[in-house]
Amino acid sequence: MMLKIWNWLKNFYHKMGSPKWFYDISGRWLPWLTAVSVLLIGVAVVWGLVFAPEDFRQGNSYRIIFIHVPAAFLAQFGYILMAVAGIVSLVWKMKMADVALKCTAPIGASFCFIALVTGAIWGKPTWGAWWVWDARLTSMLILLFLYLGVIALQSAIENRITAAKAGAILSIVGVINIPIIKYSVEWWNTLHQPATLKITEKSTMAPEMLIPLLLSVFGFYCLFTLMLLMRMRNDILENERRTRWVRNILMEQT
Amino acid sequence: MNEFINWLYMDGHGPYVWSAYGISAVVVLFNVVSPLLKRKELVNQFDRQLRREKTQSSL
Amino acid sequence: MPETKTASLGSVLVGMCRRDLAMAFRRRSEVFNPLLFFVIVVTLFPLGVSPEREFLSQIAPGVLWVAALLATLLSMDTLFRSDFDDGSLEQLLLSPQPLFLLVLAKVLVHWLITGLPLILITPLLALMLFVPDESMEILVLTLVLGTPLLSLIGAIGAGLTVGLRKGGLLLSLLILPLYIPVLIFGTTAVQAAAQGFSVVGHMSMLGAMLALGATLAPFAIAAALRISVS
Repeated sequence: MMLKIWNWLKNFYHKMGSPKWFYDISGRWLPWLTAVSVLLIGVAVVWGLVFAPEDFRQGNSYRIIFIHVPAAFLAQFGYILMAVAGIVSLVWKMKMADVALKCTAPIGASFCFIALVTGAIWGKPTWGAWWVWDARLTSMLILLFLYLGVIALQSAIENRITAAKAGAILSIVGVINIPIIKYSVEWWNTLHQPATLKITEKSTMAPEMLIPLLLSVFGFYCLFTLMLLMRMRNDILENERRTRWVRNILMEQT
Repeated sequence: MNEFINWLYMDGHGPYVWSAYGISAVVVLFNVVSPLLKRKELVNQFDRQLRREKTQSSL
Repeated sequence: MPETKTASLGSVLVGMCRRDLAMAFRRRSEVFNPLLFFVIVVTLFPLGVSPEREFLSQIAPGVLWVAALLATLLSMDTLFRSDFDDGSLEQLLLSPQPLFLLVLAKVLVHWLITGLPLILITPLLALMLFVPDESMEILVLTLVLGTPLLSLIGAIGAGLTVGLRKGGLLLSLLILPLYIPVLIFGTTAVQAAAQGFSVVGHMSMLGAMLALGATLAPFAIAAALRISVS
């Protein structure tokens, strides 16, 4: 039994090392991912905007939650994904891990940006100010800086392999720092703002609000994967353009 | 019709909700359109390279 | 058959430290510039905002810490660059000694010539910013724990950017977010001390971060150097 699992892992490792295998498999996933994400997000947004009831305390502005929470989750998930890809890249030297890291960065940064903007817009009717230096928004802002750092570092290095390894190291260093940063920002926040309004109190959410939120979260995860695969496939085409299989694909397109 | 306008207005929170959703939609759209455009650019680049190779081999 | 004598780890470390210190002594600007920067930045705040005693004593911990942060960042670029330029960094990477130890020694020397002077001049600047006597001790202590950590984290960025031409600004962008926890615990410790609260929690947090940094950062720095010099 263990031998079977080990063989499967070895097989998977070799497959993942092959850009062609990844390109073929991801190609089959694309239509499904598109359909599922459009469906889930569509239903969630319509439900959240139209059918969900008004919140007792916050009125209608809470509806931003259906975008803000998934974006926040994805922003954090994205960085962890980058760090994992970084570890895989440094330890097992997998090409696909390098590509995954490079492509995740702009997507994660975009969702981080969305989380920040929606958080700030939500804050205005709730707390009266566009930006309130609350612990979660501030941590999200620092996360955006960390993302931009990885993007800036990778674009500053010309050699593709060196850029990949540098990004890997920075992502790993960053991910170790993220819990430390979160803890210190929360600590800092309690010292300066004793009464903080919690934006989300998921456990006390009515099902009419919780279900569209969950649908939205799943939908956005699918969307994230879709965007990531699209970018990774482009990267593969660009990097492997001298190989026969890529030339065949590109020839079919022209 | 009135109901629809009321829904858009969201008791005064409308501008906030719609701008939040709007900005997010723009960012999401950018992240979907950008790889599509890049793919087209790659295909065009390859097309040009192919034509260059053809003219070179026919010389 | 003559045997080649491989140097022991200790003698290599000592030799490296002496060389770095000697070079720093010759290039005194590397020591003075960050220090001068530190002092000037601190003086900008009373000039730019307000010289009032109450105001300054309130913002003093933050100002001193931010200025120390920026001064350390400024000095980070020189950590590996001169060695990179004259090829001795490559030699370092080829050495049979464990790289993470060599790197740790390098950062230590760098702290001695940049962080330590900052710490020594801080009491003078603290007086100028009307830092209350109760928190003066803690202020220096937080810098003693914090500046080595700043050097360690900064060295990671220096290792990643040493091969790049315009590496300096990029280094700052990469490292500043990572400095934020150190900044927060350093300043809140001083603020708590000024109000008479216990600082045990802050100091132990700083100590823990320093311990973590001292053990993990050398590996990250070594890895960064290996890819930058290859």
